[in-house]
Amino acid sequence: MSTTQMSTTTTDPRLIRLAAGDNVLILATTVPAGTVVEVGGNGVALERDLTLGHKIAARDIAAGETILKYAFPIGIATQAIAAGAHVHVQNVRSNYTASYVVEAE
Amino acid sequence: MITGFPRSDGRKGIRNTLIVAYLVECAHHVSRQIALPFGDRDVHVIGFPGCFPNEYAQRVMEALATHPNVGGAVLVSLGCESFNKYQLARVVEDSGRPVTTVTIQGVGGTKKAIAAGRAFIEEHLPRLEQAQRVAMGVDELVIGTVCGGSDGTSGLTGNPAAGLAFDRLVDEGAACLFEETGELIGCEHVMADRAATPELAGELKGAVEKAARYYATLGYGSFASGNADGGLTTIEEKSLGAYAKSGSGQIHGMLKPGDVPPRGGLYLLDVIPDGEVRFGFPNINDNAEIAELMACGCHLTYFITGRGSVVGSAIAPVIKICANPETYARMADDMDIDAGRILQGTPLTEVGTEIYDLTLSVAAGARTKSEELGHREFILGYKTFEPLGPACLPAA
Repeated sequence: MSTTQMSTTTTDPRLIRLAAGDNVLILATTVPAGTVVEVGGNGVALERDLTLGHKIAARDIAAGETILKYAFPIGIATQAIAAGAHVHVQNVRSNYTASYVVEAE
Repeated sequence: MITGFPRSDGRKGIRNTLIVAYLVECAHHVSRQIALPFGDRDVHVIGFPGCFPNEYAQRVMEALATHPNVGGAVLVSLGCESFNKYQLARVVEDSGRPVTTVTIQGVGGTKKAIAAGRAFIEEHLPRLEQAQRVAMGVDELVIGTVCGGSDGTSGLTGNPAAGLAFDRLVDEGAACLFEETGELIGCEHVMADRAATPELAGELKGAVEKAARYYATLGYGSFASGNADGGLTTIEEKSLGAYAKSGSGQIHGMLKPGDVPPRGGLYLLDVIPDGEVRFGFPNINDNAEIAELMACGCHLTYFITGRGSVVGSAIAPVIKICANPETYARMADDMDIDAGRILQGTPLTEVGTEIYDLTLSVAAGARTKSEELGHREFILGYKTFEPLGPACLPAA
């Protein structure tokens, strides 16, 4: 699969890659929408404001792929996720119980 | 050097608290009023709200009323509840602690009950406050850990730093307890690999599988909306972070609420009830978990938070470890440890050492932030447990 050949490394100090093989990067700081971060050697503009601790795709992720953080499976992509896109409850589901979220008003 | 108050069962307490325990919600107000004039002196209200009998609640209340940090007790009964106050009073009395039972219906109502409870405290509290501390070893400490208000930083900073402190404390002979099996879902296999025996590995996996079934029946995982706001996407991602609290050492045993670890080592506390789903969510909030850790004899608890929990606890001090540097900047007054600075380049080991050092000074009497602020949260609900299996405790 072509996605597995894409680089998942980053030299961007605002991003943390926790383990080789992870397909997500962690934001080490809060970053506003539109900020260009470096993912796999390419600049990607963030689609929304993201606070520290959130995840973005380290490479293109296909629907059905396992999301790996710290080399540990944390869920399944429910749709294709482009490199640099926010990886969260809108595109990942649990292998155990669904995550409950109150929409902020 | 750590110091503590010696108890008749051989344990030592790091506080000498007098508890006021209501034995049904109907006696809660009277209990609060009894404690009120003592302000920030060590008089703490705990209790059980239910009117129906429950073996687990009885066991936890007996464990708490004879907790090493407790020096005496006022038991407050309405008079018609089903809680066995006679047995609780006997257990406390047999431990050598001063105890009285105030039955509101018996003494003639609210005012007289409050007066009776206060008179007992005025008689006994000065002696508890003047008691001398004696030397205590690290190997006499029992320490628990919970996380609450977790976010995407918890598993990167606060939890692994607490895990480092756990590794060191276990090496020095302390008993360390980690818990919320519902927040270890997804980690059961890596965790079982750390078990001291294959039989214990089976028990650990079984406990997490029980938790997964339990929460599946209830329809919600142990995952709050704020966890998602903070960047956690699934229960297994939250678990991965929570698991880091346990450090990296061998797991020596598994306990259930009320079981005191027989010796030093690292223990998983199984908090999920046995049998069919009966009484609702296992622990309706973080303080229910702290109550169970205390029932296992924990002298103090680490509370790792990303979103910013402010709670403390009755009886056992809580050391608040803030995982998120932005939360710390907003809520520093509530936090004992700024672990979020790991994200800004501070070595994990430096924060781990800071947690270890603070553990010893709190054990020697230093007050934590939540103690200074007067946080004394407590909650206890209904559960059912079977006794521990033979593989759960380390061999003699």
